[in-house]
Amino acid sequence: MSTHPTHNEHHDPEGSKIGMWLFIFTELFLFGGLFLVYAVFRNKYSAEFHHAAEELNAFIGTMNTVVLLVSSMTVAMSVTAIQKGNSKKAIGLLILTVLAALIFMVNKYFEWSHKFEFNLYPGSDVVKGLDHGEILFYGLYYMMTGLHALHVLIGLVLLIIVIVRLKSGRITKDHYSLHENSGLYWHLVDLIWIFLFPLLYLIT
Amino acid sequence: MSSTEKYTHESYLEHKGKYKGLLGWLTSTDHKKIGLMYMYAITVFFLVAALLGLMMRIEKIAPGPTIMDAQTYNGVFTIHGVIMIFIVVIPGLAAVFGNLFLPILIGAKDVAFPKLNLFSWYLFMTGAILGLFSQFVGGDPPDTGWTFYVPYSAESSTNVIWALSAAFILGFASILTGLNFIVTIHRMRAPGMTWFKMPLFPWSLYATAWIQVLATPIVGITLLMVIAERVLNIGFFDPALGGDPVLFQHLFWIYSHPAVYIMILPAMGVVTEIFPTFSQKPVFGYGAIAISSIAIAVVGYFVWGHHMFTSGISYWSRWFFSFLTFIVAVPSAIKVFNWLSTMYGGKISLKPPLLYAISFIFLFLIGGFTGLTLGALATNIHTHDTAFVVAHFHYIIFGGMGFAFFAGIHYWFPKMYGRMYSFRWANIAWGFLFLGFNVLYFPLFIIGLQGMPRRYFDYLPQYQTGHVISTIGAFILIIGIFMMISNLIYARKKGALAGPNPWKGVTLEWKIPSPPPLENFDEIPVITHQPYFFGDTNDED
Repeated sequence: MSTHPTHNEHHDPEGSKIGMWLFIFTELFLFGGLFLVYAVFRNKYSAEFHHAAEELNAFIGTMNTVVLLVSSMTVAMSVTAIQKGNSKKAIGLLILTVLAALIFMVNKYFEWSHKFEFNLYPGSDVVKGLDHGEILFYGLYYMMTGLHALHVLIGLVLLIIVIVRLKSGRITKDHYSLHENSGLYWHLVDLIWIFLFPLLYLIT
Repeated sequence: MSSTEKYTHESYLEHKGKYKGLLGWLTSTDHKKIGLMYMYAITVFFLVAALLGLMMRIEKIAPGPTIMDAQTYNGVFTIHGVIMIFIVVIPGLAAVFGNLFLPILIGAKDVAFPKLNLFSWYLFMTGAILGLFSQFVGGDPPDTGWTFYVPYSAESSTNVIWALSAAFILGFASILTGLNFIVTIHRMRAPGMTWFKMPLFPWSLYATAWIQVLATPIVGITLLMVIAERVLNIGFFDPALGGDPVLFQHLFWIYSHPAVYIMILPAMGVVTEIFPTFSQKPVFGYGAIAISSIAIAVVGYFVWGHHMFTSGISYWSRWFFSFLTFIVAVPSAIKVFNWLSTMYGGKISLKPPLLYAISFIFLFLIGGFTGLTLGALATNIHTHDTAFVVAHFHYIIFGGMGFAFFAGIHYWFPKMYGRMYSFRWANIAWGFLFLGFNVLYFPLFIIGLQGMPRRYFDYLPQYQTGHVISTIGAFILIIGIFMMISNLIYARKKGALAGPNPWKGVTLEWKIPSPPPLENFDEIPVITHQPYFFGDTNDED
């Protein structure tokens, strides 16, 4: 280990990055539990899952996928921008990312409220009248997309903090590990959606 | 013993930060102060849960209701388990001694993320307090047992959600501590300290931290699913709603079995520090101990199914899990042989830390061997859900982790506070603890084999002898606990100055003043030797 940081400096970008990667592992395991439960019930109730999945709006799902993919690109570009010392461009790209996140949440809001109009939410009389497999599908749908939406919100807050720090000059060409790690986290949010989207919307 | 003189340097205990008094502690990011805050909180919770355990023993001194009714008993064993497992034993060694000594042992000034470390403590306290709330907010205390088995935990009308949320938040605190330690060990070892020049307690913490990071999220999401099941009536695990209760058991034990290794690995690490010091001899088989920690962590991840042999899993999965359960015993046994060989031919000095460490081996062996009885498919059917299981895991968890904690506190106490306790009282307290422990738990093996079920508040008269002996043991044990704690509290105030190295230890913590200064080292040490090198450090080994 020749790359030990000197102990007098409190700043260790490599260490922070390892920390963020570990945290990302834990997040993957957290969602992994849900994916496992999904796999078990998909196997047990394939016909009902098929039927229930047809109720989801694949158009909104696709749109949100595109939005998130674009936002992953802009956040990666903004990290490159700050590495090159262009903090103005970095801020601009992050604002685009935040906008994309907001579009995602607005879409999600309309999607969920549309379902609520038809009383398709856990515990409603309509859902209670469905088959076991369909109830489980909706349960998983709300739990997985809900937990994912929560992560979008956390990512959003992180990105806004980064923007504020970029503006005040606390994130610079030489000190950008918070920026980079928030970007990593945002990619995680995107990645999980990449798996949720086909599992819930496309495989019918 | 009556010396009240002061040490001359300013240690972390006297250091004044921005704030004074209690607020100074609550805002301090010093790893040593955080370690002590964990220790004080955990001690209080341990005493509460131990007294609850004593109440259960009193209840069982005679058949039929003695001091409480059946429902109260269900509540008491649930909160006893939740506190002991999630608040005391899982965080115990890693959060207390890991925080206090990991950075010092690897020659660092603090952990990698000091603020995150303090945040973990706050999360821990939040979870702990939520757990307490579950007893007092309207409605009855939870009665599901610490395992929260579905479907009952989805149906019970008690405050199960509070206990589930508490466990979830405590798990999150545990994840962040593990994350912090992994990065600390990767990034902050002193110059020259290669992986195989690192002391063995950090090695065990490293293995533990990986389990914390990779296993805890699974129980986190599982607890969330049970909460969703209760609130939204989804039925992931309730067969009446199309769910699968065995699925819950899988998800629960995928975490909760590795959690046993979160408890025991740091315990093994603590005693591994103690044996060389009190034998004045390098540890035997350094590499084997280091690698066996990792092996336990890896194999221990794949044995969870042995909790479910009677739950209706397939023949081949039972075969697989039973086989791996036997395999995981191998690295544990390797460690035991190494500890014994470390003492062999050494200059043994039977001071209190070594006394506790040796009794750790004794109790851990009994717990380990009875674990094999439970891990074998045929005998498991007979002993499943009996008092035999209760005795087994108390031998592992209390006899193992608990006695290792006592060994650790007696070993590092002079370093933590700069003062020495009375050896005489420490030895007497040890006598009570060791005797009380065996009298309390050994009879449970016997009545368990005879068929006494676990978690029952009533029993047939034929089991009474065993229960009475066990209850007597509980009283002896409690006396020992209070004796030990009083001895340490007295020493904290009035003990003689210990000096930097009372045990002639050779690891880094003994090369700095007691108590350590705020940033541990004036100058970061450069490591040239194996960690347990007892020769003249000017020679090359």
